[in-house]
Amino acid sequence: MNALAARRRHPAAIAVLLLLGLLVTGGAYSFLAPKDANAAAPTAAADDVAQGKDLFIANCATCHGVAAQGTKSGPSLVGVGAASVDFQVGTGRMPLAGPNVQAPQNKVKFDDAQISALAAYVASLGPGPAIPEEKYTTVIEPGTPENNKAIAEGGQIFRVNCAMCHNFAGAGGALTRGKYAPALEGTTPKHIYEAMVTGPQSMPVFNDMNLTPEAKQKVISYLKAQENETNVGGLTLGNLGPVSEGLFAWVFALGILIGCAVWLGKKAA
Amino acid sequence: MSTINETRPADALRSGDRQADERASATKPLGGIAGWMDDRLGGAKGVSFLAKKVFPDHWSFMLGEIAMYSMIVCLLTGAFLTFWFVPSASQVVYDGSYVPLQGVTMSDAYRSTLGISFDIRGGLLIRQIHHWAALIFVVSVFVHMARVFFTGAFRKPREINWVFGTILSLLACIEGFAGYSLPDDLLSGTGIRAMNGFIQSAPVIGSYLSYFIFGGAFPGEAIIPRLYSAHVLLIPAILVGLFTAHILLVFLHKHTQFPGPGRTNKNVVGYPLLPVYIAKAGGFFFIVFGVIALISAVVTINPIWAYGPYDPSPITAGSQPDWYMGFADGALRLLPGFLEFETFGFTWSMNIFPGSLVLLPLMWTIIGVYPFVEAWVTGDKREHHLLDRPRNAPTRTAIGIAGISMYVVLFLAAGNDLMAIKLHLSINDITQTLRVLFFVAPPIAFWITKRICLSLQRADRQKVLHGRETGTIWRHADGRFEEIHAPLTPDERWVLVQHEAHEPLELTAGKDANGVDSPIAGKERLRAKFSNFYFRDRVAPATPSELEAAHHEHDDHAAVPDGGHEAIEPAGASQERETIKADKQHG
Repeated sequence: MNALAARRRHPAAIAVLLLLGLLVTGGAYSFLAPKDANAAAPTAAADDVAQGKDLFIANCATCHGVAAQGTKSGPSLVGVGAASVDFQVGTGRMPLAGPNVQAPQNKVKFDDAQISALAAYVASLGPGPAIPEEKYTTVIEPGTPENNKAIAEGGQIFRVNCAMCHNFAGAGGALTRGKYAPALEGTTPKHIYEAMVTGPQSMPVFNDMNLTPEAKQKVISYLKAQENETNVGGLTLGNLGPVSEGLFAWVFALGILIGCAVWLGKKAA
Repeated sequence: MSTINETRPADALRSGDRQADERASATKPLGGIAGWMDDRLGGAKGVSFLAKKVFPDHWSFMLGEIAMYSMIVCLLTGAFLTFWFVPSASQVVYDGSYVPLQGVTMSDAYRSTLGISFDIRGGLLIRQIHHWAALIFVVSVFVHMARVFFTGAFRKPREINWVFGTILSLLACIEGFAGYSLPDDLLSGTGIRAMNGFIQSAPVIGSYLSYFIFGGAFPGEAIIPRLYSAHVLLIPAILVGLFTAHILLVFLHKHTQFPGPGRTNKNVVGYPLLPVYIAKAGGFFFIVFGVIALISAVVTINPIWAYGPYDPSPITAGSQPDWYMGFADGALRLLPGFLEFETFGFTWSMNIFPGSLVLLPLMWTIIGVYPFVEAWVTGDKREHHLLDRPRNAPTRTAIGIAGISMYVVLFLAAGNDLMAIKLHLSINDITQTLRVLFFVAPPIAFWITKRICLSLQRADRQKVLHGRETGTIWRHADGRFEEIHAPLTPDERWVLVQHEAHEPLELTAGKDANGVDSPIAGKERLRAKFSNFYFRDRVAPATPSELEAAHHEHDDHAAVPDGGHEAIEPAGASQERETIKADKQHG
C-alpha cells in the first residue's frame, strides 16, 4: 500500500488510471454485450423457396409478417424482388439489429446459399427486380480509350445523380433527421447495382428507364476506378472536403507552428 | 572666387569646424560594398536605426510572423501557378493523364488546374503548398488578432494599426475565396453559386448587381477571368500595401511587451533586430515554409480532380467553403427559410441577406471599432505599451470570448451535415440546437469567462499576499497541520501586482447650480453605465501596504516556537526565500 501511495502523485498516474478504467469498461462490455443469436438455419431443404420460407419465418416474420405482408414494424415484401433481399441481407442491413431511423450496414448473418434461398422465396411472392446479370456488375477496367471514356461517363452520371447525397468521392453524406447516405467505398458492384434498382431506405429508385444497365455499370466502374486511383495528393482526410481540411489546419498546422514558435521564443539569444 | 585652396588667416576661425568634419568622417566605419552603397543611397542611418530596433521575445508575438511568412509562401507559389493556369471559362475536352475525366468537356480553367496537378512537374505539390499556406495564413491572422485583442495591444497609440489589421483579415478571407473559386471544379463552382445567391439577396438591386458582376446570367464566361484579376492583382496589391503599412506602424510604435521587472511603458526589453532578431525571424520563415511544405507533401487539399468539372446541375454532399468562410455558410444554414417574403413585386430574401451581405461587413465593423468603444468607456487617453494579462481585463476578455463563441456557433453550423454523420446525430437537431446556442452561448461564455478571470485575479492576490503553495504539509509538535507557503521573489511578485484595476467612472457632468442638465449629461450617464458594466466587478492588485500587513501577520505567527523549520525548506532554496506559513485562520 505504501508503494502505491508513494506513486499516486506520479505524472503518469492519471494516464494509467484512465487506461485501466477504459480496459475494465471495454472488457466488461465485450463480456456482457449481446451476442448474435445462433439461430440454426435449416440446411437440408428440397428447394430454395421452401428453405427460404423457413429462414424467413425464423428470422424475418416478426417484423414483416408470416406471409411477408408487412406489419406495423416492417413493410410488405411482396414485389420487392430478389435484388432487394440480396442487398439488404447481403450487406447485413437485415435482419435489423434494432429499430432506428435507418438500417445500418452490419455483419452479414447468412451465407450465400441462405441469402439466395431467402431471395428466391421473396421473389416468389410477386414480380420485382431480379439479382443483376453478371455482365452489368463486371467492373470496366481503365486502360483502353473506350474503357476510359466509359469510366469518365460514369463519373458524369455519378455527379449528376448520386453525388448530392453520397458526396463527390462516395464518402457519404447526411440526410434529414439522422438518416444518411452511406459511404460507397468497399461496397461490391452487385450491391451498388441492387441499391440503384431497388432504392433501399431513403434512396430513390433508378430503374432501367432512367439509368440503363450499361449506365449503371459505368457508374460502378467509375466508383471502382476512383477507389483504385493512387491518392496522388497524400492523405485524403476522409475526402470530406474543406471541413476536414480546416480542422487539420487549425489543429495540426497551427499546433506545429505554435510549438515551433514557443521553442524559438525560449531559445536564448 | 578662386578654386585654389590656399590657407588664409580667416580659416583659423573655422578650424574647429574642420575637425568636426574629420571626426564625422572618422566615425563612419562603413567601407567596402556597404560604404559604396551608402555613398550612393545614404541608407546607413536608416539601416543602423533598424538594426538597433529592439523586439521583445514571446512566442505569441510570432503568430503575426506566421501570417506574414505564409503570405509570402502564397505569393511565391502563386506566381508559379500563374505560369500554367488559364483563367478562362471556354469549354475544352480533357485529354490529360487523369483517367476518370478523359474525354469530359470542361472549362479551360479546370483543364489547366488538372494539368498543374497531374502533368506539370512539381505542380501538385506547389498547388497544395499554395492552398495549405492560404489556410494557414488566415488561421494565423485570426489567432494573431485574438492575441492582440486579449492582451489589449490595440489600445492607444495602436488603434489605427488594429483597423489596418481588421481590413487585412477581411481581405485575406476575400482573397482566399477568390482563389478557391478559380479552378472551376464542382466545389468551387458551388461556392461561386453561393456568392451569386449572396449578391442576389440584396434587396431590390440584387439581380441587377448579379448581372453586373457576372457579366450576364450565372455562371457566364466572365466571372472566372474577373475573379482571377482580383485574386492575382487587385487584392494582393492592397494586401501587400496595407501589410507594409501594418509592419511600418509596428516599427513606429515599437512592439508591445508583456509586463515584467524592468519593463515599463517607456522602454522595450528584448533583443536588437540585428543580429539576434533577424536570425530568429529569418529562421522562423524557413520553419514555417518547411512545415507548410511538409504538410502539403503528405496531406491532400482540395482534390479538384475528384470533384469533377463545374456544371450548375450537380452538387456534392458536404459542400462547404474553406474554413474562413464557414461562419457565413453556417449563418445561412441556421437562418430559417420562412424569413423570405414578397412585397411590391420584390422578393426580400431575409433567409439569406442577414447571413451574407449583412453579416460579413457587420462582423468586421464590430471588430474594427472595438478599440474606440473601449477607449471611450474607460476615458483612458494614455499610451499603452505594456500588455494586459487577459485576466486583468475581465470584461474585455469576456466580451472577446462571447464574440468568439458566437462565431464558433456559426462556424460549427457550416459542418452540421458532417457532424450528423460522424456523431450519429440528426442534422435537424444539430441545427435547432445551434440556433438556440447562437443566442444563449455568448451570455454564458461571457459570464463564465469573467468569473474565471476574476477568480484568477483573486488567486494572484492570494499568491502575492501569502506566497506560493508548496504542497508540503507540516505537522507541528502540538498536532496541528499546515501547508508551507513559499514567498514569491520580487520578480515573480511584480508581474502579479503591476497592473491597475480600473474603477467605474464617476458622473462628473451632472446638473448645474440651477438644476439644469449639462449638455453632455446624457452622454456621460451612458458612459458611466458602460463603465460600470466594464469595471463594476474588480479585484484590486495587492498594494505594498497590504503586502506589509500580510508579512507582519505571518511574522507574528512565525514567532511561535517551531522545530524542523530548516529541514522542511527545500534544498537549494535561496536565503531570501523566507518560509511563510498560512493556516486556516488566514489561509
